[in-house]
Amino acid sequence: MEVLRVENIQKSFGKTEVLKGIDFSLNEGEVLSVIGSSGSGKTTLLRCLNFLETPQKGRILVGGKVLFDAEDKAKQSDAAIRLNRLHFGLVFQQFNLFPQYTVKKNVTLAESLFAKEKIKKEGNYKGYTHLREAYAAIDEKADKLLEEVGLLAKSESYPCELSGGQQQRVAIARALAMEPQILCFDEPTSALDPELTGEVLRVIRELKEKGRTMIIVTHEIEFARDVSDTIMFMDGGVVAEMGAPSQVIENPQNERTRAFLSRFNER
Amino acid sequence: MFITVIQALNEGFLQTLKLFAVTLLGALPLGLVIAFGSMNKFLPLRWLSRVLVWIVRGTPLMLQLIIIFYVPGMILEENPWAVENGRFAAAAVAFILNYACYFSEIFRGGIEGVPIGQQEAGQVLGMTKSQIFFKVTLLQMIKRIVPPMSNEIITLVKDTAIARIISWQELIYAGYAFLKGSHGYAGLFWPLLFTGLYYLAFNGLLTLLFGWIEKKMSYFRS
Repeated sequence: MEVLRVENIQKSFGKTEVLKGIDFSLNEGEVLSVIGSSGSGKTTLLRCLNFLETPQKGRILVGGKVLFDAEDKAKQSDAAIRLNRLHFGLVFQQFNLFPQYTVKKNVTLAESLFAKEKIKKEGNYKGYTHLREAYAAIDEKADKLLEEVGLLAKSESYPCELSGGQQQRVAIARALAMEPQILCFDEPTSALDPELTGEVLRVIRELKEKGRTMIIVTHEIEFARDVSDTIMFMDGGVVAEMGAPSQVIENPQNERTRAFLSRFNER
Repeated sequence: MFITVIQALNEGFLQTLKLFAVTLLGALPLGLVIAFGSMNKFLPLRWLSRVLVWIVRGTPLMLQLIIIFYVPGMILEENPWAVENGRFAAAAVAFILNYACYFSEIFRGGIEGVPIGQQEAGQVLGMTKSQIFFKVTLLQMIKRIVPPMSNEIITLVKDTAIARIISWQELIYAGYAFLKGSHGYAGLFWPLLFTGLYYLAFNGLLTLLFGWIEKKMSYFRS
């Protein structure tokens, strides 16, 4: 079942065209990896999906519903964008954990605030009418998520006490806490020492096994080949080639894909 | 003699503390307003804030005091400061304006110094702008501004002495009075030197306080 459809997304910064019309769709439970050299627009695409950038053209649909339409300014109010964001989760290259909070609080903060707001306004959050019950449920979920990423024992630690790999695993748990339909990763291992990338990639693999829909921007070609259902190769702001890993990585048709991958294969 | 001097100095020190406290109470919020002004997307407002900061930081506080205290009386028919506590009010206005400008630059540095990724992390988790400010950025900003603020606040304690230029009777004024002649004494130099101990003791307390705050926030790194 199609969960995401992106139509003709175009984004420029000043005179620089970064995305020149991106189209693709993603099915539920599918993992899409986006590869390409620096400056090809991969990160900008992810940021558009998470509404950190506003495309000048194009549409974004989730589950058939139009979340973003460049033509429709009414859908671009702060409040609308904020709710739209909840369909997506984003794990950053630099983790961006909140340094003043414990691991557990990092995971629970956003949802606790959301639940508080809902109960105050609508008297109900996911069936909970009392804040305390909602908090208890959020707490319990955080424990489960931290267990999933193997960091339950670090619940009460602060981010500065963790290694980069551990911080990134917390960031994954934090993103999952808002229960996004699509989880996005922006070069999740690029800021990590080589010996720490493995633990993060392992967590992402496990998420795939659990049927998570994910979009992963990465330079880890080998990992992308293993974990993805589809590989998208971006070049100069366009999708140069897209298809199954066996096709794009083993047998690229596009000349630029071949040039990019040959650099990878030399290593 | 000693008792008389100490009593007079205590009275002066009380006035110093009064100006210090009022300046702090006024300049902290005003500084935040100016900081937001100088970061505003609306160009005229940003321009206005930055010009204000430039003028206030670019001229001596002593001159600002003199202008604020004397010029209104020359232009207006009635001198607004010719009331009870008028000198204190004029001094407070000058100090608040002056320190608000310095604070605003510290605040701006603190706000801009928090990595943009913190805000973005809050955004993608569906937090509102105000939730992000109060729950994510604020404490990190405070942690960043404590060292420069402590510097500025300690300077403020000593700068209050400048208010004697408009004959406001703070601590230095009280000490100097014994040199000029007051309370039946004249030519006494030591009371003036003695005022230094008040400043030292009070700034010592402040240093301890800021050290404690810094330590309180040392559990996280940002």
